Amino acid sequence: MKPKHQRLLLAIIAVAALVGAGLIAASALREEASYFYTPTTLVAANVEPGKAIRLGGMVQKGSIVRGGDGVSITFTVRDQRRSQKVAYRGITPDLFGEGSGVVADGRLGPDRVFVADSLLAKHDENYVPRELADIDMSAAAKTKDTLVP
Amino acid sequence: MIAEAGLAAIWLAASMALLQFIAGLTLLRDGAGQLVPLIKPAAYMQGALCTFAFFALMWLFYISDLSVLLVANNSHIDKPLIFKLAGTWGNHEGSMLLWVTILSVSGAAIAFLEKRIEVKTLSATLAVQGFLALGFFAFLLFSSNPFERMVPAPIEGAGLNPLLQDVGLAFHPPTLYFGYVGLSIAFSFAVGALLTNQVGPAFARAMRPWVLGAWIFLTIGIAAGSYWAYYELGWGGWWFWDPVENASLMPWLAATALLHSVSVLATRNALRAWTIMLALVAFAMSMAGTFLVRSGILTSVHAFAVDPERGSFILALMLMYTGLAFVIFALRIGTVKQGEPFQLLSREGGIVANNIFLSVILAVILIGTLYPIAAEALGDKISVGPPYFNKATVPIAVLLMLALLVGPLLRWRRDDLGRLKYWLIGAAAILLLSCLAIWKFAPQIGIFPLLGIALSLALAVAAWMPLRGRKLLRTPIPVFGMVIAHFGLAVSVFGMAAESGFSSETLTALAPGESAKVAGWEVKLNDVNPVVGDNWVAVEGEMIAAKNGNEFPLHPQSRQFFKPPMQTSEAALLTRWNGQLYVVIAQPDQEGDGRWQVRLWWKPFVTFIWGGAILIALGGAIALLGRMVRRTKNSAINKWQTE
Repeated sequence: MKPKHQRLLLAIIAVAALVGAGLIAASALREEASYFYTPTTLVAANVEPGKAIRLGGMVQKGSIVRGGDGVSITFTVRDQRRSQKVAYRGITPDLFGEGSGVVADGRLGPDRVFVADSLLAKHDENYVPRELADIDMSAAAKTKDTLVP
Repeated sequence: MIAEAGLAAIWLAASMALLQFIAGLTLLRDGAGQLVPLIKPAAYMQGALCTFAFFALMWLFYISDLSVLLVANNSHIDKPLIFKLAGTWGNHEGSMLLWVTILSVSGAAIAFLEKRIEVKTLSATLAVQGFLALGFFAFLLFSSNPFERMVPAPIEGAGLNPLLQDVGLAFHPPTLYFGYVGLSIAFSFAVGALLTNQVGPAFARAMRPWVLGAWIFLTIGIAAGSYWAYYELGWGGWWFWDPVENASLMPWLAATALLHSVSVLATRNALRAWTIMLALVAFAMSMAGTFLVRSGILTSVHAFAVDPERGSFILALMLMYTGLAFVIFALRIGTVKQGEPFQLLSREGGIVANNIFLSVILAVILIGTLYPIAAEALGDKISVGPPYFNKATVPIAVLLMLALLVGPLLRWRRDDLGRLKYWLIGAAAILLLSCLAIWKFAPQIGIFPLLGIALSLALAVAAWMPLRGRKLLRTPIPVFGMVIAHFGLAVSVFGMAAESGFSSETLTALAPGESAKVAGWEVKLNDVNPVVGDNWVAVEGEMIAAKNGNEFPLHPQSRQFFKPPMQTSEAALLTRWNGQLYVVIAQPDQEGDGRWQVRLWWKPFVTFIWGGAILIALGGAIALLGRMVRRTKNSAINKWQTE
């Protein structure tokens, strides 16, 4: 192979590899990127059960129910308008509690209950889950007492 | 007073960097210049001044001078001494000061040590290095002044994030910074060589120790960060594909590729443009890492403060440096002559394969890391997590491992697979037999853990093959380094595959006196006691783990910190040769029925992950030392001959 051709060949291989990387990334992103929803946008988007998504909002007061095994809980996440039931099995994050902000990773079950694989709670002023940073929690906090029977 | 002296030292150091840069410009314009002899002394001064500023800040943390804003915000008079000192870089401003200090000291070290390349290239390299430092000095002085005073001084200070109050912190960030900065030196060499038309083996030999050193530090830093996340977060995972983790992995991938291609350039004088490009990419990735971590665009324990001004500043620096570098690359690469030719089936070809696979993995991770940020800018909230990264990177890693079974055995320039046919058959047999064996005994295991174990077994043998047929005493030391590093990769991949394929987990709630089982272990909760530490209180489980009649005590804790208020889990780890028992206890159930949430994991061979990483770094260190020894020997011989 002539030297000049060799450099060209290497350049072509490199470009092809990068295009390949882009294609791999695009196809994996299409399948695996999970979108963030609040209960209101979740209803609007009509998400199909089984697709990985994240759900964020406030934990509604009085909604936390702990299971008999000591490690399962269900609770309701709500935003200003709607609410969504969530089931989780595991150790809840340290600052998880009624009225706290939460982001849940998981998927909708066939019964429309959101099954969370992991929970991320609002830690403190410096550590807010990214998705919750611009949601006005005070509004949700104000509405919740009037909505809870 | 000390704070003001430290600030003055930063200003002076910045002026030294400016001098280096201007002198370098005159050199390029005229080919000489009266300022050029000043470049080296300026580099020494810059290193000394930065070191002074850094120790001044450390002193302020040591005496807890709360009239300094940074100390007041990050320290607390009750904090243990080691964390007071580590607090120097456990915050945004201090960590950026550490960054430039390492950069400046490395510049001084090049000026002092590097004698292989031409004076002109060295001067250009130092000028580029000064230009880089200048940007970071501007960043420190205009938007991240570590010595800013606070009036009036508070009485006790705000404290350090408890997650960061850990011995791991004492060396995790500095280690990564040594790595990032080492790559910036490689970048300066690459641009310096491009500008002065000296892209060749001599330049590659000068650059190689910096790449190797950076790569060793990055390897250790990533492994340490991974282990820290594993035991400190209490989630039982060792890699979360968190953007911050990716920020350290991407420069490592680029550095690994560069490390291999720079060896080709040094020994075979091939892959010239390729190596320069990788050096630019490696540094761009370090900058991107710094940007992602420090800008506050991501929320994590690493993002100390969310401040858009700083984020834009680092982004601007990153775009300017990498943009300029790529422009110089485009303009000058035509002048770099084609290197020595080689056939595709050769050691060079194998290293090209290594570079391609590593670059593809890097690109896939970069896209996955930046995509959510870009989407958010467009108004979509998307998260890209482990499913994406595992799916997109693991298959390419499998190809990389396959290439690694053969690549190091190939000859330079050209080779013939017929020569290696017995080894190829042997490797295929190991792969096939181990796949069948695992599949027979553990059919539930996923495809990737299965392939991972089979490939790591084959690689554990393949790694040693380059020593076959060699006289061991006459083998160059760097070859041993390569062998150990590749073997370390096999060990590490074995640990990853075994952990992800065979971990077992039990999640339950126990009252004192009850027990739970995981993977043949019986773990009994005897009691739960309150414990008090320096600046926290905790509940501590008193547990006994039993297997085959042997009993081991375990004491997991759930800690409550006060400054700032936060809870952390201290997992209890029981290490056996074939894995770890990982036990976490949570705060009591709010119902108060007297039970405690307990999570148990048995993680087979999980310690191999970090053990392998240590071997990889050790291989790098052996190669580095081997080259240094040889260089000293050669220069001694030269000296003797000239005398």
